[in-house]
This record gives sequence, structure tokens and C-alpha cells, in this order.
Amino acid sequence: MAKRARKGPLFEGADWSFDTLRGTYDAIERVAREDLQLDFYTNQIEIISSEQMLDAYSSIGMPLMYRHWSYGKHFLHHERLYRKGMRGLAYEIVINSNPCISYCMEENTMALQALVIAHAAFGHNHFFKNNHLFRQWTDADGVLDYLNYARGYIASCEEKYGVDEVEAILDSAHALMATGVFRRRRPPHPSLREEEERRRERLKAEEQAVHYLWNTIPGGQSASRMNAAQLERKREMHLPEENILYFLEHYSPILRSWQREILRIVRNIGQYFYPQRQTKVMNEGCACFVHFYIMNALHAEGSLTDGAMLEILHNHTNVLTQPDFDDPRYGGINPYALGFAMMQDIRRVCEEPTEEDREWFPEIAGCGDWRNVIKDAWANYRDESFIQQFLSPTVMRRFRMFALADDSTKPFYTVTHIHDERGFRELRDALARDYDISTTDPDIQIVDVDLLGDRWLKLRSIRRNGVALDPADRDATLAHLRRLWGYKAEIEEVDEGASLAS
Amino acid sequence: MAHFVDRRLNPKDKSLGNRRRFLKRVRAYVKKAVNESVGKRSVADVDRGEKVSIPMDGILEPSFHHASEGGRRERVLPGNKSFRTGDRIDKPRAGGGGKGKSGAPDGEGEDDFLFVLSRDEFLDLFFEDLELPDLVKRTLKEIRSKKLARAGYTVAGSPANINVKRTMGNALGRRIALHRPKDREVRELRERIFALEAISNPSKEQRAELDGLRLELQVMLRRQKVIGYIDPLDVRYNYYVPKPEPNAKAVMFCLMDVSASMGEREKDLAKRFFVLLHLFLSRRYEKIDLVFIRHTHDASEVDEETFFHSRETGGTVVSTALVEMKKVIDERYPASEWNIYAAQASDGENFSGDSAKCAHILAQELMPLCQYFAYIEIVDEEEARLINSESNGMELWRAYRELATWMSNFAMKRIARPADIYPVFRELFAKKHEGAENG
Repeated sequence: MAKRARKGPLFEGADWSFDTLRGTYDAIERVAREDLQLDFYTNQIEIISSEQMLDAYSSIGMPLMYRHWSYGKHFLHHERLYRKGMRGLAYEIVINSNPCISYCMEENTMALQALVIAHAAFGHNHFFKNNHLFRQWTDADGVLDYLNYARGYIASCEEKYGVDEVEAILDSAHALMATGVFRRRRPPHPSLREEEERRRERLKAEEQAVHYLWNTIPGGQSASRMNAAQLERKREMHLPEENILYFLEHYSPILRSWQREILRIVRNIGQYFYPQRQTKVMNEGCACFVHFYIMNALHAEGSLTDGAMLEILHNHTNVLTQPDFDDPRYGGINPYALGFAMMQDIRRVCEEPTEEDREWFPEIAGCGDWRNVIKDAWANYRDESFIQQFLSPTVMRRFRMFALADDSTKPFYTVTHIHDERGFRELRDALARDYDISTTDPDIQIVDVDLLGDRWLKLRSIRRNGVALDPADRDATLAHLRRLWGYKAEIEEVDEGASLAS
Repeated sequence: MAHFVDRRLNPKDKSLGNRRRFLKRVRAYVKKAVNESVGKRSVADVDRGEKVSIPMDGILEPSFHHASEGGRRERVLPGNKSFRTGDRIDKPRAGGGGKGKSGAPDGEGEDDFLFVLSRDEFLDLFFEDLELPDLVKRTLKEIRSKKLARAGYTVAGSPANINVKRTMGNALGRRIALHRPKDREVRELRERIFALEAISNPSKEQRAELDGLRLELQVMLRRQKVIGYIDPLDVRYNYYVPKPEPNAKAVMFCLMDVSASMGEREKDLAKRFFVLLHLFLSRRYEKIDLVFIRHTHDASEVDEETFFHSRETGGTVVSTALVEMKKVIDERYPASEWNIYAAQASDGENFSGDSAKCAHILAQELMPLCQYFAYIEIVDEEEARLINSESNGMELWRAYRELATWMSNFAMKRIARPADIYPVFRELFAKKHEGAENG
């Protein structure tokens, strides 16, 4: 472990070198491990150029993504904005893998690199390793292998079946990616790596079992099995099913086996990102809290110069600005700002509670052990439950939050709650609902299909509070669904609470 | 604990494959943009990228998501100033609100999608209709390589470039100037000392001489040490500068009939023909001047804009253009200094009797000066099907055809589609290697 008492600052000036990076990393790690007692995957920090950052951006942040035109589109889009100076690039991208890979841009100054390392390599990293959603739904050990396999598999399909064929399947699969997630039960195959091995074995077995002689016999054998197989399929379909991609992968009458495998790849990648979408506030809040704590600790012991600290604080505040709702820069509540404010507030409640806090948080107010309270929150909550549990009146007052109801039948908005004694609880509920993706995402299920008859695929979308699906996108997505199903598919929108008998 | 990896030197353009797939997908739009831009650009300016705008609906990525309007919603917003519970705020009138984008999944809105084609991608699409052989495409797209040429000597450089002769010469001069003792002198002195030391019973003079010689030897050895045999000062390196090659200048004459019979289609084909010739030439020459000569019954030198876009009325006397060309050559482009290329586009009509004169001017005056003269006759597609023989045609065609039989640097062709253009250049391209060797 690094020496406890350092003489002089870790670095001076803006330029970085691999030696200063290493020294700074060790100092940050010391604080993270000994003071905050974080638990993280081994870090792998990669220095990349701005162009490579653009590359990584455009394929949903993944270094090993398979090829698809939509990533090219995103690349061109980001590139144009970046070249015109309309948008800066992220300072880092971090991947939930073991070892945990963080990408840092070479353009960053040394102070910024220190900030980024503390933020990504320790903050995000700890969160990935400990949050229950990530532990349960993703496989950090296998993800890089799996992506590598997916890339190779899709490339080999392009070779065998043609780029256009593969592109058509990927287009349709991407359209359904958001509905290719198991929301309420665990994915049937928890480990991506095991699954990949299993697939390889299966493929090998299939290859060994091919006897070209059989191909010359007319298909009498398969016809006799057809009936039984169809009955069996219907019994096994487990309807209603919310995971549309999973359903198509298993039951679509027209897909060939390589097409099913591609659906599975897209589905697995969608599933991998599912926890990220539920923990934006917590994940960023955790990373910001960690970098803020570590940078301050290093500055206090004299390892960071005042100049470096000022630059760090400048960037910190830039990221954590929350513009007001009437500000032209407003684009929703900033997850960084909300997460950071809530976590700082938990620490305050643990250390210096007010009367109000004692009333709201009797279990933790004044307990003093903020490290464990926060770490427990990081491990066991997601955005919705975290806000429900920990959003304090202090934070609501600071953000001057208010809830606005919008009823499309009325010509006005109504202010339903504001940050006052009567409104705190309702405000907190409303904000938690905003972060609950089971209400923000449409609730769509496959409810019925008659495989023996007309093979109509019937879907139902439950309409909450009268919010409908976007009609143009709904029809375009349905067209993709039809392409994968091969027969008619339709969607029915039903209001919540209406009779569900089918 | 942590691994640091420097990825900056990894191959770039990781997303090139994605970019290609994207371009393929929006091919129809991009192609249209390229064709429009060829029309707008000047002949010498085709050689660069192009901004392309694509309507969003071709590249949508749909998904099931909630509509941005309708239903009952409740949102939490920050920054309350003066609202109280129960306040009502009027909704902005349709189309006026700033909230329109709040529901768009990626926040891109419905604007067109803009991006920039690279030079290579642009040229690929430009070449597409022309049906060029792959080898030619590659040659045209290749950016001229620079060659290293010797440019004297320098005091700094890499060890591989040390010029031994110079270095040793400098060292020798310095040793002489500073009186560095030679190895031979040292050896002789040592022998003398050795001889004196060998005398068993030296006289007084001999002993004094021995002491003197020993001192001298010491001085010599120190001097040898101080004044190096080769000093860093002596070292010279060969110096190279990158030089573009080949390095010559050319002038390209564009002659075109602009009488009323030349419509937009004819002019567009002619332009593609000129652009292609210019691209070919720009591979070979550092500097290319363009001269535009248009003619009806009278010829004049004009700028490019006028050349392609203004209309003239009048008869057609082709020889006037050739006379004008000869005049410009005499005034500004002596054949001894310039490589002269000419491309003539016409619909084939000419004042009766003038064609023989044209052939005469070409054969006697212009062809001896020109590297290459290409003539294209732009015809209707239907016409092209009717005239299936090279030998028949109008007066100008027949007159030129006679020339083409015995002049190797004269090419002629009937063109009805863009794909017909390239064969005109085949000969030029075939001759290119030979020409390049000659300088």
C-alpha cells in the first residue's frame, strides 16, 4: 500500500504522464479503500483519443459492439455536434465488467484525470460491484467475452447469409430491444459466459451430427412430428409474456436458428443495460459522492494543489448544475445533481440531524455511521425506492421542487404539490414514480396466439392514466414485429382497470 | 493494482464499418446529393467531400414508447419561484411551446439528418455512373505520393543518414587546423624514448633529451585526448525533403458548342467529361490551368460560370473555337513550357464546309502542340441506337474520323450516357505510364 503521509502534492501543472497517473491512482485508491472502505473490481484504465471516444459513444459505449448502420448514424450525429463545438465529449466512459474498464480521454488535464479516475474507477466501479440489480442481472465477468462472441457471431452470419439479411434481423430486433427484457423474473440463464459455452457445445454437437445422407430422404419423418411439436409449443408458451424478443426467439414459426441466435444476442445486451436504466440517479450520485469525498480528502492532506482543486471543483459544479424549470438549459432533473445532493444529505442526517430529520429518518438520524448507511443504500436500492426512502425535505426545499399535473382534456396545468409541509410526502411519491421504469416504460404483453389456426399474434398494451403509445412509432415497430413473426400481429391498447378477460 | 493501457495508437476508424453500412442504407439520398453537387461545383473542384442532408424517415429506429401528448401525467420540476398548491397555469398554444421535444426518445426531433461525405466516398459515387475500371478508380483517388529528394546536408539527423565522406572531411580539416598530433608522430616519439631508455649508461645530454621527449609525449597524448578524432561538430547528415512528383504544369482547354441545340442534358454530360479529364490530369500535373472556350458561329474565352450556364444564339462554326484556342496558346501557353490538353464537346452540328477547315487546323496547327485531343459528340440515346456504325455520321464526325485514323493522340467518341465517357480516356490512361517515365 502507498505511504500514508505524502510529502508535497501528487502533481503540478496540467500535463499528465503515466507516472503521475499511477501515483495519483495509488493515492486515490488509498482513500477509497482505507477511508471509504469501498469494494471494487480490479481497475483497467485505458487512455484514448477524442476520435476513439466518439467511436465508443456511437456503439452504446461498448468497445466490442457488432456492426450495424445505426451506430454509424449515431457516430455521424455526435461527430457533427462535436466538430461544430455544440457539444463536448464525456471525459470518461466506464464499463460494468470485471476488470472494470474506464476510458479516459488524452485531452483531459491531470486534475481532470484524477477526478475521472475517482469518479469512474472507484465510484461507478463500487456501484457496479455492489448494487443488487447489477449483481443479480448482469455478469461482469463474462460481458466482454460475450460481446466478443456476439461480434464474431454476427460477422460470421454476415459472411454466410449476407449483410442485408443480417441487417434486416438486427433492425427488427433493435426495434424490440426495450421489450426484450425480463422485468419481473430473473433471466432464465443468469450467466452469459455459461450460456455462450453451452451454445458452442450445442453447435459443435450439431455439426458432428450432420449426416448429408439424411438430407436426401424426403421429409416424412419431420411431418409426423409436426403435430405433436405444435401442441407442445402451445402448452409451453407461458402466455402472457412480457419479453417479446424472448417469445419470438423461441416460438416464431419462420425464423432460422441463426436468426434466433441474433435475437438472443440483442436480448441479452438489452437485459445487460436494464439495471443501468433503473439506477441513473444512484449510479451517478454514488460516483459524484465518491469523487467529491476523495478529492477533498486528498486536498486536505496536501496531495492536491489549490489550482488543481479549483479546476476539479469547477468541473464538478459544471456537471452538477441543476437549471430551473424555466431556464432555457433545462432538460429534466439532472441525475448527477439529485443523486449527489441526496447522498450528501444522508451524510448530513447521520452527522448533524435537525428535528425534522429525526422525525423523517428516525433510524439513521444522528447515528454517525454515514459510511455504512450510504453503502447499504448503494447496495440495496434502485432509483425509485431510493427516492422513496431517502429524499428528505431539506433536498426538496433546496431544489424548490413542485409537482405539475397535466391533463390533456384541460387547457391548463395544475400545481398539485409544492415543497411545503403538506406536499413533501406526495412530492416524494411523484418523483419516485417518475423514476419507476415500470410506469415510464409502456406495459406490453403478448396475450394470445393460436399456432394451429391463423397464427395471429395478439399483444396488449395497458394504458395507465390514459397515456397512449406513440402511434407512428407503434406502427413502425409492429411492422418489425410482423417481419420476425411472419404472420399477422396486432396490438390492442387497454385502459388500466378495464376488464382483462381475453 | 490498476492496469493502465495506452490505446491512443490503436487503429482508428473503428466505426468505419458502421459508417459504410449507414451510407449504404441511405444510398439513394446520398447519390442524389452527389449528382446535384456535381452540377453546382466547378470542374476543378469536384475533388473534395460534400455535406449531405437526409430526411429522418429513411433512418428511423422505432420502438414502443409513450406518446409525448395525451393522458394524465404528473411531473416533478425544480426551481419553483412563486407557485402555490392548486395554482393553474395556462398551456401554451399549439406549436408555440418549448416542450415539444420532451417526449422524443433521443431528443433529435424531426429535422433532417446532416453529415459530411469524405472525398473518397464522394468520388466513389461520382465514378459510379461512369463505369470506370477499378484500377482507374484507384489511381484517380490516390492522393499523390511525395518522394524524398536530396537537399544538401544538415547538422542534425538520424544515424542512418550520416554522410561519412563529409563527416570525415570536416574531422580531418579540424584536426589539421588544431594541430592534433598524428598517431604516427606519437609512435615515432615512443620509439625514440624506447631507444634512449635502452642505453644502459646514458650521458647527461641523453638524459636531458629523454626528459624532454617524455614531456613532449605527455603533451602530445593530452592534446590527442582533448582534440577528438571525430567531434560531434564534424558530423553531417544527408538532408531529404519531401517533393511532390511529377512536377510539371499543364493547361486544359475545354471547348464546347453552346448553340441552342445544346440543352441541359448535353451540358451535364459534357461537364462530367471535363471533370473526369481534369481528375486524370490532376494525377499527373502539379498545376493545371483551365481555359474555357465556347462557340456558336463565333468563339470566345469565358469563365466557367458563363461556360456552363449562359445561353447564346447563333449558328455553329466549330473552326472558330479552334482558332481561338490557337490564339490563346500563342499568347499564354507556349508548348515548350506547357503540356496542352484539349477536350471538345459538341452535338455534331457544324456549318457546312467548315468541318474540313477544322480538320485542317487540327492537323496542321493544333495537334503538333497538343499532348492529347479528345472529341465527344453528344447524341440522344435513341440516336445512338440508330447510328450503330462508327464510320457514318455528320460532316464534322467524318472529318475528325479521318484524323483519328492516323493520329494516336486524338480520341473521339459518341456519348449518350455517362457510362460512355470513360472509353474516351482509355487510350490516355494506357499511355500514361509511358508518359510518366519520360518525365
